[in-house]
Amino acid sequence: MSGKPRLTYINGRGRMEPIRWLLAAAGVEFEENFVETKEQLEKLIKGGDLLFQQVPMVEIDGMKMVQTRAILCYIAGKYNLYGKDLKERALIDMYVEGITDLMQMVMMFPFSPAEAKAKNLASIEEKATKRYFPVFEKILKQHGQDFLVGNRLSWADVQLLEAILAVEEKVPAVLSGFPQLQAFKTKMSNVPTIKKFLQPGSARKPPPDEKYVALVMSIFNLS
Amino acid sequence: MAGKPKLHYTCGRGKMESIRWLLAAAGVEFEEQFIEKNEHLEKLRKDGDLLFQQVPMVEIDGMKMVQTRAILSYIAGKYNLYGKDLKERAWIDMYVEGTTDLMGMIMQLPLQSAEMREKNLALIIERAKTRYFPVYEKALKDHGHDYLVGNKFSWADIHLLEAILMVEECKPDILSAFPQLQAFKGRISNIPTIKKFLQPGSQRKPPADDKYIANVRKIFNI
Repeated sequence: MSGKPRLTYINGRGRMEPIRWLLAAAGVEFEENFVETKEQLEKLIKGGDLLFQQVPMVEIDGMKMVQTRAILCYIAGKYNLYGKDLKERALIDMYVEGITDLMQMVMMFPFSPAEAKAKNLASIEEKATKRYFPVFEKILKQHGQDFLVGNRLSWADVQLLEAILAVEEKVPAVLSGFPQLQAFKTKMSNVPTIKKFLQPGSARKPPPDEKYVALVMSIFNLS
Repeated sequence: MAGKPKLHYTCGRGKMESIRWLLAAAGVEFEEQFIEKNEHLEKLRKDGDLLFQQVPMVEIDGMKMVQTRAILSYIAGKYNLYGKDLKERAWIDMYVEGTTDLMGMIMQLPLQSAEMREKNLALIIERAKTRYFPVYEKALKDHGHDYLVGNKFSWADIHLLEAILMVEECKPDILSAFPQLQAFKGRISNIPTIKKFLQPGSQRKPPADDKYIANVRKIFNI
């Protein structure tokens, strides 16, 4: 019997990846239950395991949690990655929501039609370099600390590192105008739990490829 | 000098409406500064008031908060509408994310073509009836309490009432198969702060009409 959280999702990044990141950063071992077919998903739905008939679903502390944000908030709160008070939590929430908007573009990118891909990629680069990264560059510069909020590792830092790496996979030189973020990326990557997660063989999932896209389309009945 | 929160948005529901609901339910008076032209939005951006160049923005407790969920979480936490511990908060979060998904679908409708709108309206009704409302109906039936979580009024209750009323605007008899939700709607609507918000003359905004949408397109360049 394991007390470990158990993640139910497809064997790929999607909406579960930020959850994998956060658990890993918190040093929490977890198990994964991969949904590989439509029938498997339907069985989960029929079995009443998915509150709104959707994954991600994470079994944790006796709950079958759904809704990515709810799961992330719970993990952050439980493992002290959510600031020390309401105001720090407010900052973490604002930063995480901004990063989530950027990551949403990255997540949806593989599913965009071929003729829209170039435009969407340009949009990701523009938003990253003009709307989101400048904000975090400025925050780090202004307080001069290693972490975004409260001089302490939080959910916001983990989410930002994930976003930086995800965007870099699509736009390799994206950090060229952001020296603070370059230093942040290095420091964060060396946090022991994160360093471990970044090594081959961890639970981190590879970038989505055509095979993954086809699998998602077939499981979720998308066209 | 006002210590009141100040809301920056267009004079319509959009993403700010859930924030208006929550503040009103908590009995918190607030001011509103309406963005009526693109120039107003650009000025907020130029002045550095919008962290990610977007509204909603709420001035509260010395912060210029952005991102709807962050603002809602802060208000819920501040006014004791977020449960008593981490687990109650988890349930409130899950319930609120569900109603957010449902209301998000409805929010998109006015911006869509007539054809897409018809298709999506049918999907909204289906989702409300088979994916979302049954969950809240069952939660209320199972524990028999007046409120969704912890036998205490919370953000989840306010958000659910808002969602129910919004779906009813799409299909008036949507609650016909949900007796618990009917009773819930009656109860929550009678909470004094909410009753006040539901009366004409409050800061509650009407559903989007063509004129509002045309202006939104101009302001946000969409």
